[in-house]
Amino acid sequence: MSWGFLRDLLSGVNKYSTGIGRIWVAIVFLFRLLVYIAAAENIWKYEHDEFECNTQQPGCENVCFDHFFPVSHIRLWALQLIVVSAPSLLVIFHVAYREKREKHHQQRLYRRPEEREGGLLCTYLISLLLKTGFEIVFLVLFYKLYNGFQVPRLVKCDISPCPNTVDCYISKPTEKMIFLYFLVATSCLCIALNLSELSYLIFKHSLKRYLKRNIKKHK
Amino acid sequence: MDWGALHTILGGVNKHSTSIGKIWLTVLFIFRIMILVVAAERVWGDEQHDFICNTLQPGCRNVCYDHFFPISHIRLWALQLIFVSTPALLVAMHVAYRRHEKKRQFRKGDQKCEYKDIEEIRRQRFHIDGSLWWTYTGSIFFRLIFEAVFMYAFYFMYDGFRMPRLMKCSAWPCPNTVDCFVSRPTEKTVFTIFMIAVSSICILLNVAELCYLLAKFFLKRSKKAGNQKHHPNHENKEETKQNEMNELISDSCQNTVIGFTS
Repeated sequence: MSWGFLRDLLSGVNKYSTGIGRIWVAIVFLFRLLVYIAAAENIWKYEHDEFECNTQQPGCENVCFDHFFPVSHIRLWALQLIVVSAPSLLVIFHVAYREKREKHHQQRLYRRPEEREGGLLCTYLISLLLKTGFEIVFLVLFYKLYNGFQVPRLVKCDISPCPNTVDCYISKPTEKMIFLYFLVATSCLCIALNLSELSYLIFKHSLKRYLKRNIKKHK
Repeated sequence: MDWGALHTILGGVNKHSTSIGKIWLTVLFIFRIMILVVAAERVWGDEQHDFICNTLQPGCRNVCYDHFFPISHIRLWALQLIFVSTPALLVAMHVAYRRHEKKRQFRKGDQKCEYKDIEEIRRQRFHIDGSLWWTYTGSIFFRLIFEAVFMYAFYFMYDGFRMPRLMKCSAWPCPNTVDCFVSRPTEKTVFTIFMIAVSSICILLNVAELCYLLAKFFLKRSKKAGNQKHHPNHENKEETKQNEMNELISDSCQNTVIGFTS
């Protein structure tokens, strides 16, 4: 069980998405998932081993690392990818439910089960809202936990058992910062895409209803 | 999940590419992605661990490593490969859009649609013409730009393509100037030069493909213009023939009238 599962999930969603939704899937694949696996994971691989404090006191390094990195950047990144992709499951479940209903009643209940009408449109809009919400939550979490996406070279630590204040050095801070900014940029891009897809669908649906009502009036 | 997913996405585009495009894709996968995954990652695997500085000062090694390697070669290459592969997605999306339109026409039962079933639409290979030509050419153009930008960034960040054995570091907290030694500098230099060489080959292939597409486009246009030039002469000939016939008819009429009256 690995990231292949997420890849399959996103491919499944692609079928039922709008054009903007497909661009979103492509961006999540290439610029978030692939960058995570091919590049980012290795930067944070030995972060604890390479975290060095200017002291011989046993336990000081462990305690300071734990204080400054309650949850590592890379783990938050992985969680964000999983949580943000999860709402797409709602759409897949709804389509599967429709197909099951058709089978059960043994007749065509819908023009096409994957057509974004009625209940499926609501589910799709809810999934978009959830995706956007989760992205914003994680960005805020990153900001609050790490003081605004900064990765300093040096942190000063004075937690027991460290004697007095001790200098601790983080490994590869510049590289980590570059990739953090990359993560933030792609997150913001995904938020923008989700919001534009939301507005597009709402506008399209309202226009359809307005035209239908007008046609009825003229009749 | 790894570069295989990228291979699946780009493999789809391969069907609709020119021959040069197919060569480019092969070079990308065999000489860049595969080399990166199978060899280069191992060479750079222990880079910070074996980056040794001639000092016992804690933190000095971390700081010096960060100063000389703001972003590691291997990460830069991975990003370059991802960015360079992205424009092909534009073509994939355009092809998918065309396919979607053809399916819609087929479903509506359009008389103009010449496909027998939906499977044929799915398997069909589109020719690079019309708006697809613009998308394809645009994607090659963006590929070129990304390649050039990354090569320049590489050159700028590492002052050329050589990996030195020794670096002198005086960043705080290092006391005075300290000698720091890079692990496997020769092997890293060899791989760096290899990746740069293959990048250059890819740039050349993209330029060649661009020239080929432009030449084909202008050739088509000149052929069309040539056909149009011949067409007015042809029309003139027809007109003169018709005029001659009209004259003959009117002459014979006149003769008949004159003959009748005399």
